[in-house]
Amino acid sequence: MSVSPRALLGALLPLALGVLLAVIPLLSLDVPWLFNGPLDSPGTLQLLAACLVLGGVAMSYDLLFGYTGLLSFGHALPFALGVYIAAIALTRWEWGMRASLALTLAVGLLVPLGLGAVGLRVGGIAFAMVTLAFAQAGAVLVQKNPDGLSGGDEGLGLSFERLPDFFVGVLNTKNLYWLALGYAAFVFVVVRWAVGSSPGHVWQAIRENEQRVEVLGLHPYRFKLMVFVLSSFLATCGGAVYLLVFGGATPAVISPNFTLTLLVMVVIGGTGTRFGALLGGVLYTYLDQRLPTLASSSEVQGLPGILRTPLSEPLFLLGTLFVLLVFFVPGGLTGLATRGPGRGLRRLEQSLRPGGTSGGVATQPEEAA
Amino acid sequence: MSTLVLLTITGLGLGAMYFLIASGLSLIYGLMGVLNFAHGAFLTVGAYATWWFQGKLDGIGSAALSFVLAAAIGLLVGGAVAALVEFALIRPLYQRHIEQVLVTVGLALAITALVQGIWGADARVYDLPAWTIDTTEVLGAAIPNDRFVEIATAVVVLIGLQLFLRRTRYGLIVRAGVENRAMVTALGIDVRRAFTLVFVIGGLAASLAGILSGIYFGSIDPERGTSLLIFAFIVVVIGGLGSIGGSAIAAVVVGLLQQYANYYASSGLGDLSVVLLLAVVLLLRPAGLSGRTATA
Repeated sequence: MSVSPRALLGALLPLALGVLLAVIPLLSLDVPWLFNGPLDSPGTLQLLAACLVLGGVAMSYDLLFGYTGLLSFGHALPFALGVYIAAIALTRWEWGMRASLALTLAVGLLVPLGLGAVGLRVGGIAFAMVTLAFAQAGAVLVQKNPDGLSGGDEGLGLSFERLPDFFVGVLNTKNLYWLALGYAAFVFVVVRWAVGSSPGHVWQAIRENEQRVEVLGLHPYRFKLMVFVLSSFLATCGGAVYLLVFGGATPAVISPNFTLTLLVMVVIGGTGTRFGALLGGVLYTYLDQRLPTLASSSEVQGLPGILRTPLSEPLFLLGTLFVLLVFFVPGGLTGLATRGPGRGLRRLEQSLRPGGTSGGVATQPEEAA
Repeated sequence: MSTLVLLTITGLGLGAMYFLIASGLSLIYGLMGVLNFAHGAFLTVGAYATWWFQGKLDGIGSAALSFVLAAAIGLLVGGAVAALVEFALIRPLYQRHIEQVLVTVGLALAITALVQGIWGADARVYDLPAWTIDTTEVLGAAIPNDRFVEIATAVVVLIGLQLFLRRTRYGLIVRAGVENRAMVTALGIDVRRAFTLVFVIGGLAASLAGILSGIYFGSIDPERGTSLLIFAFIVVVIGGLGSIGGSAIAAVVVGLLQQYANYYASSGLGDLSVVLLLAVVLLLRPAGLSGRTATA
């Protein structure tokens, strides 16, 4: 029984990384420039926890976008479901931790099942727009604040009475950090297992050529629904963890920008690669949180207005960086490392080409306009 | 009765803006398969350029004249930004649809953030001539005059677009290209030039929608583009991708439904019912109202 070195590396590398990340809260190291406080300070740990949660959510999005070629613009919805359902159950209904989580997970399975069943009737760009619309419906619902449940614009704070003691208080930030790390590791393992399973192979085949999958006698619709529900479910779990880490829900998690942000994360890291999405999510979140600090630094404030204004807007910098990356580093950061062509992007082209997967010649009858 | 008339005309005004945004989106997508997320940003740019230039044109005195002049400049700025984006960012990525979508996503985030950085997140108000706020009596209902401006503009644009598509050589290329780009290219016609034209027309229409939204809502803000764009996307899907006529019908339906549901049911329900309508249309006719394939 021999194990190839590559497989061994594939198993050991994530494990080593996981162990390394797990000991961070025990280190009282100062990292100048990168973080404000030492590694074990609550501020730094919370920042890192946010990075890990969103890295995990980005991986769940990659399952949909990078592995199956489904461009969804509504991945904020399952995430926000996790945040808001858990928050409402804990704070408004004063349920216990376990009951709240059970409810959140159940909703996280059922809602994507229903929405996916409708949305996946169309493919490609139309699917992207439909998911965008569903997410918008969620945003409207949160805004509308039915029975004062969601708190509208103000969001919803988490009442800490119902939480287990080890998640409460500044001193326990390290437990939240470990929770976030556990979530990221969980998503990593699930995604790895899922894409290696036989439905996983079908997902990747759908990305390559959906028509061929159909000709082989498989139903792409069922497999797409499967991956949609799985990826949404993982995002819902991420939402619940996010709620605990930040201690509250804000409408920002359901804004259209958040979905776009997830897309940006995955592409920055490299589509169709687990590490890429994780890296992209961590890097983006880190920049998003740290750039405002940079903007308020004396160096930037001393600049003339024409430079200062753009530099003070994190989203402007990230958006521009993103455009440059798409142009010059099409495979994302992991593509840069392996020097290979973007694994996902090129192949994804196929699934979104007008006229479907029938190749270059589009056959669209009926007159336009 | 008078409420119904008011709601209908207001809904049509809203639909007019949706149509202006959706028509460009739909043609751009139909011709080149580019899903343009930056469309909302063109809208924001046009609206803010108008507001900024009107501030500079204060010396003219008459609000109507300065607004019309500023709107004309704002339109030009919006169209110029669209042209610039097409040349610099979309053109090098022809036929690479995912990357085009990603670039427009990045642009949408960046431009919105830049506008917010320069002029702040607060709403800005146009200095409008007084008659736009006055009302006219139609069938017993007092209708704010600006609604007629929006509807008339959209009708003019619709007629103009149809004339362009049906009577001009470029229009012919666009229509043929939407139907079968490969064949048109094989006949030796450069679809890209027509596409640049379509992209700029789309940018102009979006800017126009942005300016009109400033009149309709009474103010403009950096997030306006994104919020209107989502409904324009819904309109495009309901109407069928690549179809101007379908977009026009869908825009009217969506605008009216939103107004009626918001009034007769409860506020906020209008937006939800539009999404519901989208789901129903997809279940019954996945290809959209105009029957063209939306699976592309």
